[in-house]
Amino acid sequence: MADFLEFSSISKSYPGVKALSGISFGVAKGRVHGLMGENGAGKSTLIKILSGDIRADEGEIRIDGVAQNFHSTRDAFAARVTVVHQELQLVPELTVAENLRLGHFPAKAGVISFRELAADVGGKLRDIGVDVDPRTKVSALSIGERQMIEIAKAVMLDARVIALDEPTSSLSSRESEILFKLIERLREQGKVILYISHRLDEVFRLCDGVTVLRDGKLAAHHASMEGVTRDQIVSEMVGREISDIWGWRGRAIGETRLKVETITGSKLPKPASFEARKGEILGFFGLVGAGRSELMRLVYGADHRHAGSVAIDGKPVAPSDPRQSIRAGLVLCPEDRKFDGIVQGRSVSDNIAISARRHFSPFGILNLGKEAALADGFIRSLRIRTPSRKQDIVNLSGGNQQKVILARWLAETDVRVLIVDEPTRGIDVGAKSEIYDLLYSLAEGGLAIVVVSSELPEVMGISDRIAVMCGGGIAATFDRADFNERTILAAALPDRSAAEAIQKVS
Amino acid sequence: MTGSLKRILLGEQGLVVIFTIAFAVVSLTVPNFLTERNMLGLLQSVVTIGIVACTMMFCLASRDFDLSVGSIVAFTGMVAVMASNATGSIPLGLLIAIGFGTFVGFVNGVVIAKLKINALITTLATMQIVRGLALISSDGRAVGINDASFYQLALSKFLGVPTPIWVMGILFCIFGFVLNRTVFGRNTLAIGGNPEASRLAGVNVDWMRIWIFTLQGLVCAIAGILLASRITSGQPNAATGLELSVISACVLGGVSLAGGRAAMTGVIVGVLIMGIAENVMNLLNIQAFYQYVVRGLILLMAVLLDNLRSRSLGRR
Repeated sequence: MADFLEFSSISKSYPGVKALSGISFGVAKGRVHGLMGENGAGKSTLIKILSGDIRADEGEIRIDGVAQNFHSTRDAFAARVTVVHQELQLVPELTVAENLRLGHFPAKAGVISFRELAADVGGKLRDIGVDVDPRTKVSALSIGERQMIEIAKAVMLDARVIALDEPTSSLSSRESEILFKLIERLREQGKVILYISHRLDEVFRLCDGVTVLRDGKLAAHHASMEGVTRDQIVSEMVGREISDIWGWRGRAIGETRLKVETITGSKLPKPASFEARKGEILGFFGLVGAGRSELMRLVYGADHRHAGSVAIDGKPVAPSDPRQSIRAGLVLCPEDRKFDGIVQGRSVSDNIAISARRHFSPFGILNLGKEAALADGFIRSLRIRTPSRKQDIVNLSGGNQQKVILARWLAETDVRVLIVDEPTRGIDVGAKSEIYDLLYSLAEGGLAIVVVSSELPEVMGISDRIAVMCGGGIAATFDRADFNERTILAAALPDRSAAEAIQKVS
Repeated sequence: MTGSLKRILLGEQGLVVIFTIAFAVVSLTVPNFLTERNMLGLLQSVVTIGIVACTMMFCLASRDFDLSVGSIVAFTGMVAVMASNATGSIPLGLLIAIGFGTFVGFVNGVVIAKLKINALITTLATMQIVRGLALISSDGRAVGINDASFYQLALSKFLGVPTPIWVMGILFCIFGFVLNRTVFGRNTLAIGGNPEASRLAGVNVDWMRIWIFTLQGLVCAIAGILLASRITSGQPNAATGLELSVISACVLGGVSLAGGRAAMTGVIVGVLIMGIAENVMNLLNIQAFYQYVVRGLILLMAVLLDNLRSRSLGRR
């Protein structure tokens, strides 16, 4: 049978990063096809291309033999392709029925017949086996039920291709079971289902075939699951040679600088404890949603802390807001540079001096000469590529923005602990090495550095020690001598059977 | 030719250029415009808007909004008159009025920063509460002043220029300095650019917002006192709609409603454009009703210009 959905040599580049190169594979009608890969392997880029969210640089998508040229999500919608994202797109204050028929209500002269609406939607929901009263408000539903409604929406729009992005990540096992039944029913109806997941057991249970992406390339494509083993897929996911862009160098590691004890917050209910030592780079690895950034925000005082303590060089700091942390020498380069890091519309120099200027602004009056000298100094020493210090920071590339944020903290007087969340996300290879080098020299200068990353090779490449997070807690820590891709990945995986499968191989 | 013209108009100083051209044209074509008397009258007429615009600029630059300024101006004017009458001392009356204005601004700031209520809603509420208080305390009527020397606040002159214009000029200088040369000004713009990033970079965002609104209240009180002196009484219905004129002037002057961008010179030019348009229409005997239409059109054009400018910036 010819493939109904075909990806044909899809490539996509971002400035300095090749997100996808030459991805080709197909899925036949009535099949559930898994799409696997580590964080950053290119899964979400591929899905965004499928949903019309972004455009591929090269290659095309064919559906039922017809080449599709999606300029926007509307085009994908018109071609009856639906992507169910992790963040659900329902209106919480409307009922299930209203959400499902939003935009095309049954109405006479503009007056909605709610009875007809409920009956119509109720019937359709029963057809696909979703047991939810169409008159309930979406806000009253569980996450699992909302997911179901989102899929029902795709079905009711008569989608031919449905892509599910990590659908079970926030579902209980009972809810997952219901979801699987729904997916199986959709398969019987001849839909093409693309199932993106980290969870091996789900893929093995549900999928008819699987494609593995790695570093933006097609690592493996299995049209059927026959003869495919878990070990094989794991190898395909991680089997990458570590290149030497890391340039790790050993250094003297001293006493404990940062000590975090049993810290909890509303987004991190399990108490977490760890410490980082003078001169040490402590890596934090975990899959998306493991709670890494949440933990770091709590330590920094960016979010409200329920319990626990933070001490620097034996002195409790207990920050309740970032200002206190900064004064105690604890600083954070946040995960989301755009929303939490850079101050848009302001110059490079302003972004660098925002915190440190308090040291040289008597009575709050700026010392513009000093600010200029400070900015020019960092632009030179960190090789920040910008036409001038007056340039608006939004016009800089990701790597240079990251350097500006690092410069913001290097300009502070007495930094002892530097937390960097995703130091190289969206940054090209050249700039990556420069940032790693900078981190090493800072560690050599006596800082304790905590690096959070969802890229396993990066964490392994630059850390002296790795803490692995899983499900909101620290699952394991490894010393550099014991680094092993499989054991670390196994510790990060939420489902035990996959973890065991990996353990067996190693 | 068109390219360079475009560059001038959409450049940093585009508004100033347009203002200068418009000023020259009006001076040459409208009789009695460029006379000392008319110029002073023009400046007198924009004193209230100009003074309040100083702090409204900070409010908008930090992505906030203040609708209560008109009410605070009216209320503090009333308080100044009533407190002066009650205590028999004008300086004491003025102090009390300034205290009241500052307090209302402080309350706005605390509600917005600490209780996290949207600034638009908060100030919409205080706008009505304060206007109500002004009406209640005066029983809806104008309150006359006992001591006629109160009028001297608006009538007195220094070097031939009326005191209120001096006050406006001094406030322009002070707040221009604060915006461009102090940590307070930079932090205001940083909050407007990205509040969360500013907080994570150690800016005390709550404290900043409380201060901005408190200053706004204080400055409104100054404007209210000068207005009461000029209209020789405390009037509970004074300065209605002031908030919109002030915000218009700021937007005309290139202050971005999305925050992060503001310049004192721009705001001054914005205030003057509003004043000149009104003044010219008066000199040409255009009916007051048409003036609303013209003011609206000017605002739309200014925003359009701003939009073109940021788009051309984005392309660069």
